[in-house]
Amino acid sequence: MNLNQFNRRKFLLYGSAAFGTSLFLKACGGSSPSDSGSSGGSDTIKVGILHSLSGTMAISETTVVDAEELAIEEINAAGGVLGKKIEAIKEDGGSDWPTFAEKAKKLIDQDKVVTIFGCWTSASRKAVKPVFESKNHMLWYPVQYEGQECSKNIFYTGAAPNQQIEPAVDWLLENKGKDFFLVGSDYVFPRTANTIIKEQLKKKGGETVGEDYLPLGNSEVTPIIAKIKQAFPNGGVIFNSLNGDSNVAFFKQLQGAGMGPDKYPVMSVSIAEEEVRQIGKDFLIGHYAAWNYFQTVETPANKKWVAAFKAKYGQDRVTNDPMEAAYIMVYLWKQAVEAAGTTDVEAVRAAAIGQEFDAPEGPVKMQANHHISKTVRIGQVREDGLFNIVNSTKGPVDPIPWNQYVPETIGYACDHSDPAKGEKYKT
Amino acid sequence: MSLLISSLFNGVGIGAVLLMSALGLAIVFGLMGVINLAHGEMMMLGAYTTYIVQNGAKALGEPWTDIYIFPALFLSFAIAAGIGLILERSIIQKLYGRPLETLLATWGVSLILRQFVRSVSWGFVAGLVIFNLLFFGGRAIGLQRFRKARSRLPSWSNTLLFALSAAIGITAGLLFLNQGEQSFWGKLWFSARNVDVTPPAWLRGGLEVGDVTFPYARLFIIALMVVCVVGTYWFLQGSRWGLRIRAVTQNRDMSSCLGIPTATVDALTFALGSGLAGVAGCAVTLLGSVGPNLGSNYIVDAFMVVVVGGVGKLVGTIFAAMVIGIISYLIGSGTFAFLLSNMVSSKSLGIVWLMDVLNFFATSSMAKVMVFALIIGFLQLQPGGLFPQKGRAVDA
Amino acid sequence: MSSTKSQQPQSFAIEVALVLAIAFFLAFILPLLLSDFRLKLVGRFLALAIAALGIDLIWGYTGLLSLGQGIFFALGGYGFAMHLKLQLPEGELPEFFTLYGVKTLPWFWQPFHSFPFTLISIWLIPMIVAGLLGYLVFRNRIRGVYFSILTQAMLVVFFNFFNGQQKLINGTNGLKTDTDTLFGVVMGSDTAQKFFYVLTVLVLVGAYGLCRWLTQGRFGRLLIAIRDDESRVRFSGYNPTSFKTLVFAVSGALAGIAGALYTVQSGIVSPQYMEIALSIEMVIWVAVGGRGTLVGAILGALVVNLARSLLSEKFPEVWLFFQGALFLLVVTVLPQGLIGWLRKALDRVLRMWGYGPHATTYPSLEEDLEQQHEQQNLGH
Repeated sequence: MNLNQFNRRKFLLYGSAAFGTSLFLKACGGSSPSDSGSSGGSDTIKVGILHSLSGTMAISETTVVDAEELAIEEINAAGGVLGKKIEAIKEDGGSDWPTFAEKAKKLIDQDKVVTIFGCWTSASRKAVKPVFESKNHMLWYPVQYEGQECSKNIFYTGAAPNQQIEPAVDWLLENKGKDFFLVGSDYVFPRTANTIIKEQLKKKGGETVGEDYLPLGNSEVTPIIAKIKQAFPNGGVIFNSLNGDSNVAFFKQLQGAGMGPDKYPVMSVSIAEEEVRQIGKDFLIGHYAAWNYFQTVETPANKKWVAAFKAKYGQDRVTNDPMEAAYIMVYLWKQAVEAAGTTDVEAVRAAAIGQEFDAPEGPVKMQANHHISKTVRIGQVREDGLFNIVNSTKGPVDPIPWNQYVPETIGYACDHSDPAKGEKYKT
Repeated sequence: MSLLISSLFNGVGIGAVLLMSALGLAIVFGLMGVINLAHGEMMMLGAYTTYIVQNGAKALGEPWTDIYIFPALFLSFAIAAGIGLILERSIIQKLYGRPLETLLATWGVSLILRQFVRSVSWGFVAGLVIFNLLFFGGRAIGLQRFRKARSRLPSWSNTLLFALSAAIGITAGLLFLNQGEQSFWGKLWFSARNVDVTPPAWLRGGLEVGDVTFPYARLFIIALMVVCVVGTYWFLQGSRWGLRIRAVTQNRDMSSCLGIPTATVDALTFALGSGLAGVAGCAVTLLGSVGPNLGSNYIVDAFMVVVVGGVGKLVGTIFAAMVIGIISYLIGSGTFAFLLSNMVSSKSLGIVWLMDVLNFFATSSMAKVMVFALIIGFLQLQPGGLFPQKGRAVDA
Repeated sequence: MSSTKSQQPQSFAIEVALVLAIAFFLAFILPLLLSDFRLKLVGRFLALAIAALGIDLIWGYTGLLSLGQGIFFALGGYGFAMHLKLQLPEGELPEFFTLYGVKTLPWFWQPFHSFPFTLISIWLIPMIVAGLLGYLVFRNRIRGVYFSILTQAMLVVFFNFFNGQQKLINGTNGLKTDTDTLFGVVMGSDTAQKFFYVLTVLVLVGAYGLCRWLTQGRFGRLLIAIRDDESRVRFSGYNPTSFKTLVFAVSGALAGIAGALYTVQSGIVSPQYMEIALSIEMVIWVAVGGRGTLVGAILGALVVNLARSLLSEKFPEVWLFFQGALFLLVVTVLPQGLIGWLRKALDRVLRMWGYGPHATTYPSLEEDLEQQHEQQNLGH
């Protein structure tokens, strides 16, 4: 009896303590959100930031959030948009696709944001896509992806396959060999990317000698390495679209198996400066990656950006492609809002097409298919963990969302500037 | 021949990692009947300890960067064991006899530990220390006073003390953190991103014998596993406390009657199990990533090892880990399918079908499905695991 | 506990009236009070409450802690989503198939063209799967923690399977239902969502009735007997295996229905419904509400999920701390859950006013935790 009474009291007090604490936290931390909400948001413009702050994807997505917050801070410091400050509402997708959909609904319906910057994995983007389409809202998506999609409601500022994967394959065919082994995480981006690569190799005289997929987060890569060794006893090209934690295991154990970059060059499409740092550069020196941006790109805009980023987040931090794409997209949105003179979704969407920006990677331009034209680069990991750019296109490459190697989508294109054409039309 | 050797080696290599991560779990489960869902997080703590030691070694320079792995192993054990001890004393002990509730409580602990490494900073630690000083200091003083006055501590006093010190601790922590992410107090130690642990140079690369390569990291882990197993065996079979642990494992009530301090045995075992998890965590940094989610990548496989191995017998756990390791390698690498196609020349319908099935499962994701199906099948034959305890208990 | 209640027709009538009143409130009054977004959240949580009822049945009453309810939840969701995905003009395939170059519909999709089949499958398939898995496990007298980690491992296996099969069921992406139609109505539209909200309330009432019926009388007492001392039940001539299998199958069916209703309201079903965390959380809902009481399961599911969505909005970075603390608190301080706590508070108030609780032979036995542990662990 006594025990139970005690427990109840304890619970009550713990409960009230927790409640008190939360009130306190609210008073302490949330200076801006509550003020503006009550005044009807007339002095700020609300935007949503929707990324995984917890779970497996947090390791990558938190860096993108940093870049987005930096851009918003810069814009606010320069006077904001349409004379108002931008107020970012952050939500945690928790590396869980249904949660992404729920949080997207919440940001749109409850917080009435004017646009959302968010998502990393294709699965999370595909989970929120119906939400944005049914509510006719706007998402800005900063990561390279597999294409085969061209939503009216999404702006893609990462690379389409023809701006990353296809040039990388071409470069490998020219410089490294004709036989490919494809390794990827077991989800939509690697699967689709590898479908494209297989078709491309078929057309260009290369060969796919094997492919294997690892569950997200799995670190037991011994079977895969054994398969590669079996397929390439004397070396060959590995095309790697692993994502997240598995990369660490893959490179550590690849080196352990005595398979170095001289005989087994690995081309990665999900490894950038941040990932190199997390994997440990010693395992990666000499391997390749294909991106549109590397921290070592020599442009004035990049120097400025890297300096600003390090000043805010610390000298030991690095910048990478998705972060740069995230940084770009906030500015492109800002320019579109200013061109439209309003934050209305329809108007901004129309105004966004044709916006140009002098990005760290070089000039970019939003095309009518809601993707941006970007410069393509291939980099090799060097001693300091940054990339030595070994190949680069002359200027920006125009994006092609519907893939021209995959039989199902050959001859299709996307044009949102013309309502008659829309997201998928036959050229 | 080389196929056989490399398959066996790779399988044992996978099995060694499984065994390392399951060993502590099996001991705790055998003794206390408790599954510790925070076991994976103990591994994670070990891995993060290794990261810290590595950074220390980098600062110290040459000889240390080559041998830091040894102090790291020791420290991983000590830290994980310490946290395990605290965990047992503060929570698990209170739930004795309620294994299902313990399961849920340890899950709560694992969530908290995961979030802890994400958001830990000096400011955070400062807040935590202030809270602990106030709460436990206050309690000690209170107890002393009341003992002098020969009256009981009012039952609400603990709660009040908790609330007050929590409020002060959190406030102080927030004040520290408000100095910004770049300040000494606000800077995150690890953040939510992975950290890199680079093994010493002599553990990278591999030993080539003929056309088979033995990665040094795997060899090291296999050696470490042997050391751990032998050490645990020695401890359980050869030491006084080991004897007590075995006694409590066999019959708790009887041991208690005979004057064995079962509470101390529980605490010791739990600390030992956690410490072994810490060592496992240090070992897997040679192979995989180090991040807040490290534990969840290994924990379910460790459960399977425990289930197949059965309760209370170390040899079962060892066997189970090796068997699961080898089978999952053979299926996952497609070696089974490959061997079958070589051995059987006839193309009868049954064989073709079997080949299709094996090829379907010959990816890393699907191999897990297959291994699990085999385990369920195995449990139909041997519900008590590989080496069931003999006895006349009602419950198998 | 709840089974000891008197079963007079009068109290039965009161209970029915109460349940209907609450259902009426949920279905018709609440929509007027809440914003659309919050209402949809409540709708989803009510669907989760159905799954919680199933867990209460096996854990609260029968003592089986399943950490694999996500399997059945997802199976139900997939069943319904597959039917919705097939609402296409003749000969067309769901869009995602074309991405992977699949030309013909996989065989197991075929029956989902039929609406009646789908309606049955969303509970029958999870039920069969649960029954089969349960039978294989219980037959060997595997129970306790062993059973829990086996179910968790099953969960991981199902997760891997669904996650890896892009070409069969769209892998990690899952199936999205918001833009599909059923009988010409778009699933994401307000009409459809309102309909499913009310339907969820009705199904919840039905599920509550079913569980109430199951836990009353001989069957219910047998379940509790299995929980408290399975060996003794066996020695008394009953076969616990069949009862456990049955009740596990029923809980699987409830989880399946919950999954289907949850899927249409959240607009997506994906392998992530089979993540380890979600299934453990389901158990915690029941623990928070109070296990062994059906109302507790429902209450717990609603309270925890509301708190979760509010906390994760307010403190997106650190809300895992709250969740972890909740687990610890419930298990250490509040083992009887909210309902147990409320009940004691009520008793106390009544006693203060001079209405003592109804007399039982050994009231202290009913409230003494240690006594209950001993009962549960006799024979271990």
